Amino acid sequence: MNIEAYIPVLITVINAATPLLLAALGELVVEKSGVLNLGVEGMMLMGAVAGFAITIVTGSAILGLAAAICAGALMALIFGFLTLTLLSNQVATGLALTLFGVGLSALIGVNFVGTPVDALPKLVIPVLSDIPILGPLLFGHDALVYFSIAMVFVINYWLYKTRSGLKLRAVGESHEAAHALGHHVIRIRYMAVIFGGMMAGLAGAFLSLSYTPMWVENMSAGRGWIALALVVFASWKTGRVLLGAYLFGGITIMQLFLQGMGVNIPSQILSMLPYLVTILVLVLISRDSSKISSAAPASLGKIFHPTQ
Amino acid sequence: MKLKQLTVKFVLASLLSVFFIGAQAQQDKVKVGFVYVGPVGDHGWTYQHDQGRQAIENALGDKAETTYVESVAEGQDAERVIRQLASTGHDLIFTTSFGFMNPTIKVAKQFPDVKFEHATGYKRADNVSTYAARFYEGRYIIGRIAGQMTESNVIGYIASFPIPEVVRGINSFTLGLRSVNPDAQVKVVWVNSWFDPGKESDAAKTLIDQGADILTQHTDSPAPLQVAEERGIMGFGQASDMHQFAPTAQLTSIVDDWNNYYVARAQAVLDGTWESGDTWDGLAQGMVIMSPYADSLPAEVKADAQQTEASLTSGELHAFKGPIKNQAGEVMVPEGENASDEMLLGMDWYVEGVDGKLPN
Repeated sequence: MNIEAYIPVLITVINAATPLLLAALGELVVEKSGVLNLGVEGMMLMGAVAGFAITIVTGSAILGLAAAICAGALMALIFGFLTLTLLSNQVATGLALTLFGVGLSALIGVNFVGTPVDALPKLVIPVLSDIPILGPLLFGHDALVYFSIAMVFVINYWLYKTRSGLKLRAVGESHEAAHALGHHVIRIRYMAVIFGGMMAGLAGAFLSLSYTPMWVENMSAGRGWIALALVVFASWKTGRVLLGAYLFGGITIMQLFLQGMGVNIPSQILSMLPYLVTILVLVLISRDSSKISSAAPASLGKIFHPTQ
Repeated sequence: MKLKQLTVKFVLASLLSVFFIGAQAQQDKVKVGFVYVGPVGDHGWTYQHDQGRQAIENALGDKAETTYVESVAEGQDAERVIRQLASTGHDLIFTTSFGFMNPTIKVAKQFPDVKFEHATGYKRADNVSTYAARFYEGRYIIGRIAGQMTESNVIGYIASFPIPEVVRGINSFTLGLRSVNPDAQVKVVWVNSWFDPGKESDAAKTLIDQGADILTQHTDSPAPLQVAEERGIMGFGQASDMHQFAPTAQLTSIVDDWNNYYVARAQAVLDGTWESGDTWDGLAQGMVIMSPYADSLPAEVKADAQQTEASLTSGELHAFKGPIKNQAGEVMVPEGENASDEMLLGMDWYVEGVDGKLPN
């Protein structure tokens, strides 16, 4: 096979990585503010069904995407209200949010099962898309693919180069110190949680409008959990989230590719490969326990109450 | 759509149990319960079972009453649901997934007067029947179509789990394929899931990138067909007619039709003639049907498919007609013989023409 034969495979990798990247970036910001939201899967599904339903009803993909963002944000708001205002346990609430999202999205989506929808338009740039090899690889994806990559840089810049990013990190590292300095811990966390919901909703919309343009119950099939694992995998660094999402997407596609090539490895082992690699990397980065504990936001998962 | 009509009518049920006298007695009315593994809107497996449930209502009118519970997880939850149906006056209960086998047997022991029908399983009792469909007959037909339509001689096959039913499908497809095109090869990709649209679609793209110009699948979502449509190649639907997802790509679809069986079994309960048994029907009995062959097929290919369908239906042709060789070239079924049902039910080897090794 020459190089050009591999291009479609790489394009498939990009598609597999994009939903993971979107959801993981959102969760990264949430965790950087000191909140652990395990409800990514539920928020993704709500985004997927809302994006799909509104696109079908209105015929506009833009409105669909907006609805997906709103649905994710609403789910996140429920989580925020429970954990930040009512001070419920974040782990339990996050799990409940996932279960809730799976059920509610199935209920909402009942009438949309089996309805076909047009996929999001690909951005084809006349001359550039025709360049051999690089053209199809870099151009001709839909807007969400570019958006996800751009967000890596935007979030990285915002977290480390801006005042508000610094505040968010301060809240995540020590909410009491941040509170003593007069920062609105709860307000900042609300905004982070809602941002995470929007990104998860968008990731869901990518699934139902671009990756596999249809709605079926539970169509995210565990990708929300992988996004959560990616944040830890990346040791809370934006660049590594990008790397992790593409590595994970790459291995997932590679195992299918190897099977098709007739490589003589049992398919079950190949299916395990992405997870094995995740575990391996986790073991490698956590060999130095001081490193992993310094990477995690110090207040992650802790409840904050200003009068304490 | 008929959203969740799973209102179990308790009052009526207890009244009915008064009429319920014994195994051999005639009844005025039959109450039938269904346990589904997926949502009725899955557009595949469960959808077809629900069509069967509606067929009972249409055929028997006010002599039958049906209820269903959808999206029941295999395992403990299933036992609870089956027991609830059994204890609320249902005379006949269909449990429509392989994983409901043990819960069905367990509940059946406690309710000897209630009849149970378990799909695709192998454990039976005096009040538990099993039934399944010979989907592989349909796969032989689509194999022949693929053999005539392929230009690259590479067919992509997206498979779920390496169990006999799936392996039988791959083999039957390959036999059909090679009966018209001995040079064609089948590339199998296992996704280790019945249902993961994302992964199924990735597998489809990968197979196309490796030269497949026709796709077929033994997984439940229409995602691979959608990819086929997008890439401008051809494919086949699974379990139900999926043409709305791929109006030009779908050449035909193997459709499960449980309607006649379900109506007959409900009628047998009414007549007091119901007996435990094992049913494995195919094209001949109409349990497996082919959705309309696409207009885009050349006339001679369409005619050949119809001819093959007719021969399989009449029994003149068996999908596993000897000689059949395995991948190593050993003769598994000699010339002049057909594979036995026993061999088909335990199939754990690939026929010649399948690329790659079967995972154990």
